[in-house]
Amino acid sequence: MADISAQAPFRLTLPRLPWYVWAALIWIVLVLVVAVFAPLLTPHPYTAMKLTNRFVPPFDRWTHPLGTDELGRDVLSRLIISVRISLLIAFGATLISAVLGTTLGFLAAHFRGWVEQLVLTLADFQAAMPFLIMALSVLAFFGNSLPLLIGLMGLYGWERYARVARGLAISANTQGYATAVTQLGAAPQRIYLRHILPNIASTLIVSMTLVFPEVILVESGLSFLGLGVQPPMTSLGNMVGYGRDYITRAPWIMLSPAVVIVLTTLAVSMLGDWLRDKLDPTLG
Amino acid sequence: MTALLTLDAVARAYVGRQGLFGRVTTVRAVDGVSLTLVRGETLGIVGESGSGKSTLGRMALGLETPDEGGVRAFDAPMPALGTPGWRALRRRMQMVFQDPLGALDRRLPVLDQVAEPLTIHAIGDAKARQDVAMAALQAVGLSSEQALRYPHALSGGQRQRVVIARALITDPDLLVCDEPVSALDVSIQAQVVNLLIDMQAARGLAMLFISHDLRVVRQIASRVAVMYLGRIIETGAAADVLRAPRHPYTRALVSAAPAPGRDRADRVILTGEPPNPAARPTGCAFHPRCPLVTDRCRTEAPVLSAIAPAHSAACHLLSTQTPPAAKAA
Repeated sequence: MADISAQAPFRLTLPRLPWYVWAALIWIVLVLVVAVFAPLLTPHPYTAMKLTNRFVPPFDRWTHPLGTDELGRDVLSRLIISVRISLLIAFGATLISAVLGTTLGFLAAHFRGWVEQLVLTLADFQAAMPFLIMALSVLAFFGNSLPLLIGLMGLYGWERYARVARGLAISANTQGYATAVTQLGAAPQRIYLRHILPNIASTLIVSMTLVFPEVILVESGLSFLGLGVQPPMTSLGNMVGYGRDYITRAPWIMLSPAVVIVLTTLAVSMLGDWLRDKLDPTLG
Repeated sequence: MTALLTLDAVARAYVGRQGLFGRVTTVRAVDGVSLTLVRGETLGIVGESGSGKSTLGRMALGLETPDEGGVRAFDAPMPALGTPGWRALRRRMQMVFQDPLGALDRRLPVLDQVAEPLTIHAIGDAKARQDVAMAALQAVGLSSEQALRYPHALSGGQRQRVVIARALITDPDLLVCDEPVSALDVSIQAQVVNLLIDMQAARGLAMLFISHDLRVVRQIASRVAVMYLGRIIETGAAADVLRAPRHPYTRALVSAAPAPGRDRADRVILTGEPPNPAARPTGCAFHPRCPLVTDRCRTEAPVLSAIAPAHSAACHLLSTQTPPAAKAA
């Protein structure tokens, strides 16, 4: 059946992409390349201090294209390492919360009864409690490490996926294709993974593109409060947080990570929006 | 002949609530229905909306568990919904849905969906499944090019053919069709009905054909059961029931169906409210609308009893052996 695979629906013919998708794609690829090859790309060690070189403005000396911070550390090198750490946290946390939320939502939709009540109560609890307070207490009691931070951030936003997945799965189960496949004799895992998940994937992808920027912002907030990524390790939020003290004297310290945050979240949102339309075979 | 499917006095009630603190109302959608289906036979279930036809069909497939009575399929009690035994039984009993677009997954090409029952029941290998599915689609009149399309790129009639091909691909013994043509254009209806008739003749299927459309039922069914508010009120050979209906409700139903060359003045026009299953009338459920109502009808519910060989009806006027036609004249 070679002719079937030849007619696969997701043909990515390159010239057809709108310009903004190209821009988003190029930026995301650039950021990913930077994240992967970060240690090879830094012109200086990101922790190297030189107090005689404090507050060098950007484009002033070719050895420090983006200037230096209050301790004379190279901003470009710190930015490259920050991109790596922040993307690791943001992608890891977004994936964890999407998988966790969708799984719990499907379990609630499938078993109903007390399982559903439990999941919904947990979701309400999560939504009612400010995330920052929960994060503060966890980090205060269990100390701080990168895996713990990623796992904690993975709890961010799971209740949205759970609600969406539960609602859509219930409506699919009571009418339509899921009933039909049940009637064909399919086991639940087949119904949920092969039929319901692809059908609601567009909604989940949009949720992911909404949660991704928020995770970066929450991580920034935690780092700013001194509970996120710990110095000498650095992240985008960490840089913004510590650079804030020098916003009038040396704005470049916090502006360059802030620009990277804005561009990355914007690119992810635009790509997600475009992907949602493309993943739907009924739209164009 | 042994019965493929037996429903023994099945009943199904739904509990509803009116408003947030309203009183709980119980709707008996199906109320003590018994029927049997043998191999190669088509039983038409006729009735207006709310008469419990679809609930009956869902119970016949085990998609819903009756509150009272029992369902036996292939000489064994129906396993509980979702159990491995129930799932394995799907290979032998299948369903055709009213809305073919809703019954198909819009994210899969129809060929994959037709092959899916084979995958589920582990019949053949991947290559063979695709070939069998392609042959099945061609048997219902779709081209190999159309087989690779998504459901939204097919017409309503083509989608219903896909649903029929999928239902028949495991070679089942029993097919439940729940209003299979009511969502289709009249010009397409005949094609789909003819396809079902051909498939049944070729495979010796037993079919439970649920419809409110008497023309379609007359064309396809060998036996007919007429339902009113969850009960069968008349049953018999399709030719007898639809050509010479005895129950006043069936007579009204048959006369309401347009037929060429018949005087419109002959029509029995029913008056009164359409039936509300939540507030079932006392006695005979049909008495508020019946043109021949007597005092006995208001207090005493009639039972289904034989009025002729292989022809039963539930009406006091019929059990007293007085032809209602004579009374009405």
